[in-house]
Amino acid sequence: MQETNAEPLKRNDRLYLQHGPIDIIAHVEAPEEIRIHLYSCAKNRFNTILEELVAELDLLRLPWSINNPVPQGSIALKMLAAVSDSQVFITPMAAVAGSVADEVLNTLLFEAKKQDSFLKHIQKMYVNNGGDIAFWLNQGSSYSLGVVDNAEIPELNIKVCLPYESRVRGIATSGWRGRSLSLGIADAVTVLARSASIADVAATLIANDVNIKYQGIEKRPASEVKDDSDLGSIPVTVHVPPLPEEQTSKALHQGLRTARKFIKAGKIESAYLSLQQQRLVIENNLDEIYNE
Amino acid sequence: MVSNSEEMSTSSEKVNCDACPILCRISPGKTGSCDRYGNFNGKLQRIDPVILTQNVIDQNEAVVPFEKQTKKWDGSVLNPESIFPTALGAGTTYPDYKPAPFIIASRHHDVDMVTVVTEGIFSYCSYKIKIDTDRYVGPEKASVRCQGEEVGHVITAEYGSQMLSLGGVHHLTGGSKQEGRVTCQMMMDLGNKKSVEFEVDEGSRLVIKAGSAPIIDGEQEERMRVGCGSATIGIFAKQWHGHVDEVIVVDEHITGMLSEHQAGRFLGMEPSGIRVRGRRSTPGRYFQVANPGHGWGGTDISNPLEIIDRIKKGVTYPGLRLLMVSTTGEDATYFVFDENLKPCEQKMPKILQKVVDRIGENCEPACSSVLFMAGAGGSLRAGVTENPVSLTRSVQNLLTRITCGGAPVYVWPGGGITIMVDVTKMPENSFGSVPTPAIVAPIEFTMNLSDFEALGGHMEQVQNLEDLTQQRETLIAQWNQDNPWPYN
Repeated sequence: MQETNAEPLKRNDRLYLQHGPIDIIAHVEAPEEIRIHLYSCAKNRFNTILEELVAELDLLRLPWSINNPVPQGSIALKMLAAVSDSQVFITPMAAVAGSVADEVLNTLLFEAKKQDSFLKHIQKMYVNNGGDIAFWLNQGSSYSLGVVDNAEIPELNIKVCLPYESRVRGIATSGWRGRSLSLGIADAVTVLARSASIADVAATLIANDVNIKYQGIEKRPASEVKDDSDLGSIPVTVHVPPLPEEQTSKALHQGLRTARKFIKAGKIESAYLSLQQQRLVIENNLDEIYNE
Repeated sequence: MVSNSEEMSTSSEKVNCDACPILCRISPGKTGSCDRYGNFNGKLQRIDPVILTQNVIDQNEAVVPFEKQTKKWDGSVLNPESIFPTALGAGTTYPDYKPAPFIIASRHHDVDMVTVVTEGIFSYCSYKIKIDTDRYVGPEKASVRCQGEEVGHVITAEYGSQMLSLGGVHHLTGGSKQEGRVTCQMMMDLGNKKSVEFEVDEGSRLVIKAGSAPIIDGEQEERMRVGCGSATIGIFAKQWHGHVDEVIVVDEHITGMLSEHQAGRFLGMEPSGIRVRGRRSTPGRYFQVANPGHGWGGTDISNPLEIIDRIKKGVTYPGLRLLMVSTTGEDATYFVFDENLKPCEQKMPKILQKVVDRIGENCEPACSSVLFMAGAGGSLRAGVTENPVSLTRSVQNLLTRITCGGAPVYVWPGGGITIMVDVTKMPENSFGSVPTPAIVAPIEFTMNLSDFEALGGHMEQVQNLEDLTQQRETLIAQWNQDNPWPYN
């Protein structure tokens, strides 16, 4: 059995945690002793994460319903919380990547708070789990982010800088081309929210809704594409041909409606939707974004 | 990259993967939860294996999937001295990196060697293309386009070849996004030995594929000319002597005339009185006889008699035998001057046909050569050593040998490490890309272990081949016998 893979990346002091499908790059911007100590705590916590999830996989694959049995693991509970009260079909698995990122970040923060003098020496911390990111900022710090819509067309499509004053502390991206399966045709939907697990769910559902009927769009039952998918026989996107402008816009606006609902519900701060040649951005303007 | 639509293989057996606690049971043609392992041909295989190359003369086909179930690598099957680790599949973490993915120690000829293996990420890289052809492809400096986007330009023509420089940091990142995308895809395709179409401004349409004959304006080139008109005369003068009174070798650069040429004079040939148009350079050598084109000898001439400006009465005589031929021997006509001093086409005598054919035989097959050129002088070096400039010096001092996927490279003189490598010598699918856009290509540094230590190499990262095969799935491919063995 393969051991978990954990090592500090010597050049830029990042921590690399890998086990099965989990691929994390974490960073603590702080003096060396603090960083080393926190990394060691993160590594210890990471050792059992996959096993904890696997132990309750059956529960986590169940479509959310108020009557479902409740799991026990800390990550599983985060996942469940992120999908609870959903009006559409969703399983807690939609939040797994973001929830694992949140858990590892919480471990770092928890350990940092234990020591009196640690926290003030840390500029920022982040946990990037395959593109789903949970981060913590100290006053005066900020987190920069770039999004690539389509890995097959290499270019940086958008850059964002998230300051301390923003409410955003979690980022997630969903699209039909990635590792996760999508019901929709978006190249990328990136969501900024207060936690990675919530961002994860929102990105998934918004991307699912970026959809139109158009000849050439191919979908197949999820289980045919990925064994034992929690999506069962629900059709997922496997191919999208080049679309005319009007259809592209129509599909994006379908997703935008869902994004607006999430913003109105106070669940997310902003969403970036992209499909081929077009992009849409929606932000929370309902109240002050930045606190004084 | 794993696509979302996998083909189903014939077997319906699922395979068990025990690489992690999820314990996926994977259907044929699919991948597990991690997308690192999949079920291909009924076997559990790593999707992105590291490729080791094996130099074993007798082995015919040596691609051996390393199965996870086999924990111990059986050293008796493969002699470690016959293995060279290439950087294919070695991977690197983008945009940051850790010490080069593999630093492998091995022993060769009783010397401890080390090979540092990494997939390098190159923003500053390009291709130099040598197209063997007489045909005109376009003026120097002209832009070369791919799908309408500027991706390079025509550079200085060389002997028997037209030259292009394609790609580079400015087309990749300095222009529009579309230009960058097209440039990146084009660079990957060219490097991976695929066929790519180009259009040259004020020039031709080209189809270039490394190691294959170029297709210029829809026509596949067959041969490279043996030389310019003058060179051809110099080579074959003696073989024509006595069988013909004048030979004109038509070329878009220098058209040669045998009787006037040094070679003909040396054989004591008499002047023929035939004067070709154009500008005489030295006796028997004429510039600008014709323009570049798609006819005889890379010129725009289809009727060779066009180039004869005038004849000198009293010198030219009835019965004078004239051979006109192109520098590839593909076009040739034999004339005999009649009593009115008009050249009349006649059947080519066998003896002359033989020499014309020989010209053809001496022409090598036309080929497009694709050389990848890149600078490995940047942060990539930090994956090798704590003191990057010491690696540069050791390369310049020939203590370190660089290869790309095992293929030998030329290192340019001067500062930095700028390499050039023939892509046909590299393994299949050596080139990839990252979103910058930038190109990913394999690069290996081989040196003595002691030199590695002296230049500040990451000694704590050194591992044996055996250790590597425990950690990562490895495929063993046949070493390209035309490449020099890096451990010699």
